[in-house]
Amino acid sequence: MTVFQDPQLFLWALAVASICGVSCAVVGCFLVLKRMSLMGDAINHGLLPGIVLAVLVSGKLTSFYLLLGAVFFGLLTAFLSQTLHSWGNVDENSSLGIVFTSLFALGVFLISMYFRHGDLDTDCVFLGHLEHVAINLSQANTWSDYDVLWTQLPALLLTLTFTILAWKEMKIAVFDPALATALGYRAMLLHYVLIGLVAGVTVVSFEAVGSILVLAMLIVPAATALLLTDRLASMFLLAAFSALISALAGCWSGQVLDVNYAGMMAVAAGAQFAVVVLVAPKHGILAKIWHNLQLGLRMAGEDVLSALYRAEESGQAPATSPAALTQPEHGFSPLMVRFALKRLVHKGWIARRETTASWQLTEAGRGRARDIVRAHRLWEAFLGENFALPIDHLHGPASVMEHFLGPELQNQIAAELQEPNRDPHGRTIPKDGPAG
Amino acid sequence: MDLWPDYNTRIVLCGGGLLGLGAGIIGCFALLKKRSLTGDALAHASLPGVCLAYLIIGERSLPGLLFGALVSGVVGISVIAVLRRWTRIKEDAAIGIVLSVFYGLGVVLLSVIQKPHPGRQPSGLNSFIQGKAAGMLLEDVYLLAGLVLVALVAVVALYKEFRLVCFDQAFAQAQGWPTARLDFSLMALVVLVVVIGLPTVGVLLMAALLIIPPVAARFWTERLGVMMFLAGLFGMASGMIGAVGSAVVKEVPTGPAIILAAVSFFVVSLVLAPRRGLLARTWRAVPRERPG
Repeated sequence: MTVFQDPQLFLWALAVASICGVSCAVVGCFLVLKRMSLMGDAINHGLLPGIVLAVLVSGKLTSFYLLLGAVFFGLLTAFLSQTLHSWGNVDENSSLGIVFTSLFALGVFLISMYFRHGDLDTDCVFLGHLEHVAINLSQANTWSDYDVLWTQLPALLLTLTFTILAWKEMKIAVFDPALATALGYRAMLLHYVLIGLVAGVTVVSFEAVGSILVLAMLIVPAATALLLTDRLASMFLLAAFSALISALAGCWSGQVLDVNYAGMMAVAAGAQFAVVVLVAPKHGILAKIWHNLQLGLRMAGEDVLSALYRAEESGQAPATSPAALTQPEHGFSPLMVRFALKRLVHKGWIARRETTASWQLTEAGRGRARDIVRAHRLWEAFLGENFALPIDHLHGPASVMEHFLGPELQNQIAAELQEPNRDPHGRTIPKDGPAG
Repeated sequence: MDLWPDYNTRIVLCGGGLLGLGAGIIGCFALLKKRSLTGDALAHASLPGVCLAYLIIGERSLPGLLFGALVSGVVGISVIAVLRRWTRIKEDAAIGIVLSVFYGLGVVLLSVIQKPHPGRQPSGLNSFIQGKAAGMLLEDVYLLAGLVLVALVAVVALYKEFRLVCFDQAFAQAQGWPTARLDFSLMALVVLVVVIGLPTVGVLLMAALLIIPPVAARFWTERLGVMMFLAGLFGMASGMIGAVGSAVVKEVPTGPAIILAAVSFFVVSLVLAPRRGLLARTWRAVPRERPG
């Protein structure tokens, strides 16, 4: 079965899904950045009674009353939850939980009482019927048959307008919450407008994807984008793009496999997220593992260099086994040490002396090792000077810090301690620079 | 009308009551550890498991479906933990992602199951979304009773440990208690209760049964023991009222009925509770003449 069995149907579904998806993704970026994802969930559920009441009053599934009812109940959800939290001393998540589940239960109850055979059924709420919407659109005759689009397009425009207008406020609210609090009423206004917007995109996407799956479109593309970039503008663009891909993949696979379209959209968004979690260049898990590995190799290598330096300093014969070259407490595996040695040879810092089967520092390596030992002993001096630590407590912290103190910090510490010559153990602190 | 309810109604009463009891008591711990919404994620995440179990087993066998729910729910919780630990995604977004994506997968599987198929009976799996007590059988009640008993025994046996881990985990850790294992056991009990409740209350509202009775009970007392007793009581009453109400009025699915019953208890507690209720507070806040 190919998707081009009914291209018109597919295109209508895609159009509706894309508009929903992009509107939700843009609003969702705000939610994810402001840690309001669960509030988004709560609003989706809490506005159900509003929709039901609106349909009861107006008799139509797509109308202005719907928007009104939804926004009112959305704001009510947030308000009641906040009140319960501050008055009833219930923790934030639980108060959200009570309010939205109660309202949702009320909504479902109302639907089952009044809409037994009507246009609004629970399937529509829980599962969405994008397929039906697409069929209706493809058979549309009059302007009013395109009702769905006439609500969704303005919603999208409104969302984009809000994003542009609130851009500066948004940056402040996300990156400098203290300033946002100082700006008082503007932050509060933004907060409630955002809630209204969430309610708006939910009700508009409601017919297509149902009220539960809107959450997927709100949060997942935004989260995917968050892992791919550190820039705010890029995040919004990537989220919108991810939503478009979810819409495309969802409708396509939905039609090919003959399954629920909205569910496939959520799954598609989830799949993108899963892939990005693994392979994102800076924030992905694989990247982190790689980064940790590199860090470990560097630290092991620096341990080797400083061990060789200390051996030279005290006139002992250098160690021959890799294990003896690194501090036992750092727990580097023999494999890690072997790779670290290879890396040091590659950088030209150590050389293997075949006659004694031992490792030796090169000139460049000696300079590097001196640098590390200098950092180590400066830190010991710093700790000894400023903290009442027994002398055997100094080596441990210093052997960690030595990997992270660059020349600038070293000179700052040296200056503060007034150019010390010896560490608390009495050993010479190497001077900065090529000599010594 | 007959004063003594008929056989089916009695079954439904027992089932709903037991469930409410278990959820109320375990929910107290979840509330104290601020994990109530994890219960919601768990419930939504269990839907794909239920559907897969049905597809594999081929028929509606309750223990099988519950096992599927358990596995799927636990996978969901683990994903949340991994996201929290390994990525910059914060907990609220992680819960939302797992909740919605797993539920979406469940919805897809449900649409596969519901396609008319020669030789396959209507699955009745739709009832997992909203809950349906009306179709409960006696063996379902036995299963429920057994699982709730297990949960209650665990609570009684580990009461002191759970109490400390909820109120002062740092102290418990400093005293050398196995807090990680206790925490895990607590979450396991939450998982158990959520899974038990799914057929009756449904995926969407199960979390509410874990949250509402404990919060209602909280308004009446400061002591954990009393709170758990009241929460169990409210839960049981809500379960019974809701289950019977839904069995009698066929149009109303069980989930909303139970939850609305629980909400009534909550609103009553909110208003009438002696020290922390609204009326009591307003009374205290009104300035009155003090004796000379």
